[in-house]
Amino acid sequence: MNDPLVYRAPKTTGVIAGRIFIYALLILMVFYFLLPFIVMVLTSLKTMEDIRTGNLISWPREFTLDAWKTAWGSACIAVECNGIKVYFWNSVKIVVPAVAISTLIGAANGYVFSKWKFWGSEVLFSFLLLGCFIPFQAILLPMAQTLGKLGLSQSLAGLILVHIIYGLAFTTLFFRNYYVTIPDELVKAARIDGAGFFRIFWKILLPISAPIFVVSIIWQTTQIWNDFLFGVVFSAGGNQPITVALNNLVNTSTGIKEYNVDMAAAIIAAIPTLLVYIIAGKYFMRGLTAGSVKG
Amino acid sequence: MASLSIRNIRKSFGSTEVLKGISIDVEPGEFLVLVGPSGCGKSTLLNLIAGLEKITSGEIYIGNQLVNQVSPKDRDIAMVFQSYALYPNMKVRKNISFGLETRKLPKPEIEKTVQKVANMLQIEDLLDRKPSQLSGGQRQRVAMGRALARSPSVFLFDEPLSNLDAKLRVEMRTEIKLLHQRIATTIVYVTHDQIEAMTLADRIAIMKDGIVQQLDTPRNVYENPVNLFVAGFIGSHSMNVVHCPVVKSGRDVCLLMKTGEKTFTIPAGKNGSLLNDWIGREVILGFRPEQISDGFPNQERNDQIHTMESKVDVIEPTGPDTLVFIKINGRKVTCRAHPNAAKRPGETMKLMLDMSSAIFFDPNTEVQIS
Repeated sequence: MNDPLVYRAPKTTGVIAGRIFIYALLILMVFYFLLPFIVMVLTSLKTMEDIRTGNLISWPREFTLDAWKTAWGSACIAVECNGIKVYFWNSVKIVVPAVAISTLIGAANGYVFSKWKFWGSEVLFSFLLLGCFIPFQAILLPMAQTLGKLGLSQSLAGLILVHIIYGLAFTTLFFRNYYVTIPDELVKAARIDGAGFFRIFWKILLPISAPIFVVSIIWQTTQIWNDFLFGVVFSAGGNQPITVALNNLVNTSTGIKEYNVDMAAAIIAAIPTLLVYIIAGKYFMRGLTAGSVKG
Repeated sequence: MASLSIRNIRKSFGSTEVLKGISIDVEPGEFLVLVGPSGCGKSTLLNLIAGLEKITSGEIYIGNQLVNQVSPKDRDIAMVFQSYALYPNMKVRKNISFGLETRKLPKPEIEKTVQKVANMLQIEDLLDRKPSQLSGGQRQRVAMGRALARSPSVFLFDEPLSNLDAKLRVEMRTEIKLLHQRIATTIVYVTHDQIEAMTLADRIAIMKDGIVQQLDTPRNVYENPVNLFVAGFIGSHSMNVVHCPVVKSGRDVCLLMKTGEKTFTIPAGKNGSLLNDWIGREVILGFRPEQISDGFPNQERNDQIHTMESKVDVIEPTGPDTLVFIKINGRKVTCRAHPNAAKRPGETMKLMLDMSSAIFFDPNTEVQIS
């Protein structure tokens, strides 16, 4: 199919003009989509003087990382002036356990729903799937009550619990659909070989689950890191995640608006999810389409 | 090696009854083949023997032990699957040793067993490869190696050759037979391929609609099928079945036949007395393609052989024989003729019909008249 000797089109003027048109259009589109990010980066590297006198897309007269340092370490959020670093680490502390636990439980759920079906398991699975369609807002009040009763209100642990529960519907769906494509005979063979429920899970299925782990981890990391609503409702003060802190920083009504600091803080808040996509994005597509074609 | 006794097994999924009372006794060291069209319940029966599914009612004994409540791992069985079911994350060596490690055998003993099995199946070179790096035939060997390693008292094979290409299938078939002759373990083997069943089995159980139609040696199911289904299922070319009116001619019970314009009667042969009650009615005559040919050795001295003439419809040369298709009483009949004797389509050919092992079926019940 890709043999260049056979399939290279003759280089007529028309073909070349067509190529130029296609690439020009693509470059234009890339630029269009990147423009907001470029503006953010440029603005974050300018001084306030520069921003006041120049225009939005002008090149910085002098490059400075001051705004980044301020955003990270000394910007004022509410009454504290320690920057967003505390909140950044809050988000890390929320994301790591919430992603790890929801993914592992999702894997175990998916294993049961695909390989150890029991009476009513299909119905139970359908109910669990409903969780994917429940809007965040709908569960705020009951969840607040539940956290109150558990004594976890306004704590990091409470927020982690909310994210785990809300993520389970998705992670279970991912793993169940992945394991369904793995032949049941594999489990039967292992059972005859003397392996039990957990041994089959650990020794046979988990080692071949890498693609779907990547999908689940990317999905959950992005969801939880970018979450604002749960963060603003179920946490307070020093326990807030970075999305809430960013909002408080940018929406402050006192003092002058430091656009460069706002932009730097916004980029810092976006870096982890960007990294996850860049590093694991290749596997993400592979995992999502895994099983659609039989190997 | 152990005996296996299946007693009045029933299995239902919801309201559908898949197995309707199956009873089979397998001798120690016997090679039993379960054969039948898809959906006949043969794989379900194998899963029940393995303990992978629960029995609705009935009993299964392995050796003298009732195993209804025994888990698969404690039944002392091993199973080879159609998809091979090798653990994709483990090397061949680990695939073979996994079951032994689960049973907490000492390391040196495991190592020894793996070597012995690999040697027996000639897969020593593959021990450090992953299943994905193996060809279909190699995977099949490894799957058998995994089963062999545990030296179980009963082997279960679930259509193990179905995923292989035709040539390899024939090779592996011979190997399985050799293997059985060497280890002499009881084997239950499921297949939908009647040639596999005929070549491998000590006894064949032919199943249909959750019922064992016939359980007998390959030779008996071939020569003496109990009903029309078995007659049609066993044999690369199905048994010829022809509806014939039964008439009395002198002292002989005869069958009335018509090929093209010619009508004639043929004595029903040594089994003819069975048809005394059928005179004036129609029966189904069954005979194998090799029983109607251009000639037989010593045919002059055999009074069960009768001559007839028929127009040839189609011929199919197979090499050693040429199959000649004719019509008797409007039914297609396959004749196995010598390539030199076979006439061309449209021509008239003289054929010999050997009635000595002909059998008769009741047209209503489709059961053999005996």
